Amino acid sequence: MTAVSKPKSFWATRILAVLAKEFVQLTRDRLTYAMILMIPVVQLLLFGYAINNEPRHLPTAVLVQDDSTFARSTLAALVNTQFFDITHEATSVGELDELLRKGEVQFALTIPGDFTRRVARGDKPQILLEADATDPSATGAAVSAASALPQYALTRDLVGGMAQRAPKPPPFEVVVHRRYNPENITSYNIVPGLLGIILSMTLVMMTALSVTRETERGTMESLLATPAQPIEVMIGKLAPYVMVGLMQTAVILVMAALLFQVPMEGGWIALGLGVLLFITGSLALGFLISTLARTQLQAMQMSFFYMLPSILLSGFMFPFRGMPEWAQALGTAIPVTHFLRVVRGALLKGEGLSTLWPSHAALGVFVCLVTAAAMMRYRRTLD
Amino acid sequence: MSATLPSTASADLVIDVQNLNKSFGDKRVVKDFSIQVPRGRITGFLGPNGSGKTTTLRMLCGLLTPDSGTGTCLGFDIVKQSDEIKLRVGYMTQKFSLYEDLSIEENLMFMARVHGLDRRQERVKEALERLGLYERRKQLAGKLSGGWKQRMALAASTLHEPQLLLLDEPTAGVDPKARRTFWDEIHALSAEGLTVLVSTHYMDEAERCHDIAYIAYGELIARGTAEDILKTVGLVTWEGEGPGVDRLSSEIGTLPGVETAAPFGTTLHVSGTDERALDAALAPYRRPPFKWERTAPTLEDAFIHLMGKSEDNFR
Repeated sequence: MTAVSKPKSFWATRILAVLAKEFVQLTRDRLTYAMILMIPVVQLLLFGYAINNEPRHLPTAVLVQDDSTFARSTLAALVNTQFFDITHEATSVGELDELLRKGEVQFALTIPGDFTRRVARGDKPQILLEADATDPSATGAAVSAASALPQYALTRDLVGGMAQRAPKPPPFEVVVHRRYNPENITSYNIVPGLLGIILSMTLVMMTALSVTRETERGTMESLLATPAQPIEVMIGKLAPYVMVGLMQTAVILVMAALLFQVPMEGGWIALGLGVLLFITGSLALGFLISTLARTQLQAMQMSFFYMLPSILLSGFMFPFRGMPEWAQALGTAIPVTHFLRVVRGALLKGEGLSTLWPSHAALGVFVCLVTAAAMMRYRRTLD
Repeated sequence: MSATLPSTASADLVIDVQNLNKSFGDKRVVKDFSIQVPRGRITGFLGPNGSGKTTTLRMLCGLLTPDSGTGTCLGFDIVKQSDEIKLRVGYMTQKFSLYEDLSIEENLMFMARVHGLDRRQERVKEALERLGLYERRKQLAGKLSGGWKQRMALAASTLHEPQLLLLDEPTAGVDPKARRTFWDEIHALSAEGLTVLVSTHYMDEAERCHDIAYIAYGELIARGTAEDILKTVGLVTWEGEGPGVDRLSSEIGTLPGVETAAPFGTTLHVSGTDERALDAALAPYRRPPFKWERTAPTLEDAFIHLMGKSEDNFR
């Protein structure tokens, strides 16, 4: 009798067996396969180009009370730093203040009426640069660029008899006011932002798994055989998680106040409504994911796929205004972006519904669209 | 093939469907399927694996939409009025499909609520007691053995007092005693006026049904009582005895005139529809130590015959 090959000579075949099996299984699971290829490509392209830690071309409002060559030169020098884009020309201090408060501009610059006269006199006038410092990283680089202005802004204008007034010492000063977060404390910005990230991470994933679990365990067949309607199933499944989300919010806010001393300026109604809309939106999105995914694993992957842009493009981690316009447009489609505006606006600036309503409206639209999509996708049969 | 049972007023048909078709991808699972089921009967739904039994049951209770075909279930259109049907039909799935992380009682309570029943506590308690589940009501469904799971599933699918009960291989993997109890319960429900359509592989269960519908490769092949079917098929069956006779099955099975040759324990059942051809085929084996005797064909013989025939048609 001839000896059958000894088991140890099979090791390569056995490895091949497992390897071939894994490969076939991988190609059968199309979605996972697509994700494996798409995630690195999409995310590298997306975030590689979109994320900018030193944002330029930030919207700036100016109030020029001194219509003069010096003022114009100062503004030109400011724009030339590339950090500032003059988007609004205010006519009063009140208007300037409101633009900053609503978040329409990142900076407000005031050039006082006696600017030219005082430069000429050589008594170092001050121009005021107010920054919305709720997001310190958005303003940091721009503020230092602005602070260097006096060194050179007027070099070309200070000619003739005034040449003696040329730099050192600089002819004027830039006074920087960091509004809403004067001490530039990063956690004031990050902690409220984390509320949005934590809520979406837990809520989207929890609901994304809930329907897929029914499909995977076979209980969907029983559920579909009952008279329960899709919207009833959805509301019944989401309601408990609304409570979970509200509890999480309460815990995070208490910790934010006690441990991080995050200022709570008010805007409670706006905040409460925002939290409720955001929780509902996140849950509805999770429900939508669960109607698309066939397994719990796919549901997890899709949730992660959603989480990355929520963290990176929403203005949570990197300044929203630092991103190119197409990335800002993408970010606008993500509910976290709007939720962060509500949370930061309410907590750090004490804004109410009157100024924050566009963000609430955006969240409301998101809830409606996603719910409609989930209802369309929810299969009432096993077809 | 459509088969109407005689002396049945059409008003009393619980299921009445015509030419149902269903395909998954390019595989046609159910083909021009028509069936009528009268009220109060227990109809056995038989056929080999993959013959479309589950798909048909799912179409009847609105879980699947037929590609074409029309019909009513409890008088409601199976395509347009599935909500009405779901309210009045109990469906017990082939694979256990209740919540394993809920207790028996919680599962039943869920079903009671989702069906919008009144007197929920009472009804759940009644169902638990009727099926002998009361002592175990706090146990998690996932921890139950097959027989108990099946009883609980029956309780869940009958809780809302349906008029029609669809059971998809309810006794697969359940021990004989539990099967017996289960069938006693089905007959008790039927006596109360419930109509039952039950798919099964077990021949003894087929014999416990009032009527049988035999389906193969998506087509209804035979319909009627057990005797009707045996008569229609018209099999002649010989039973062979003797040492080693059961090992001759593959040899005898290929002979002309022999349609099936199946070992039953130590005996061999050889069947065919052509009596003379069968005699000729068996002639060489009519010698000691073998002993041959005419026997009544069983339902199983008939079904194996039907299966073989439909397979030929299929190819």
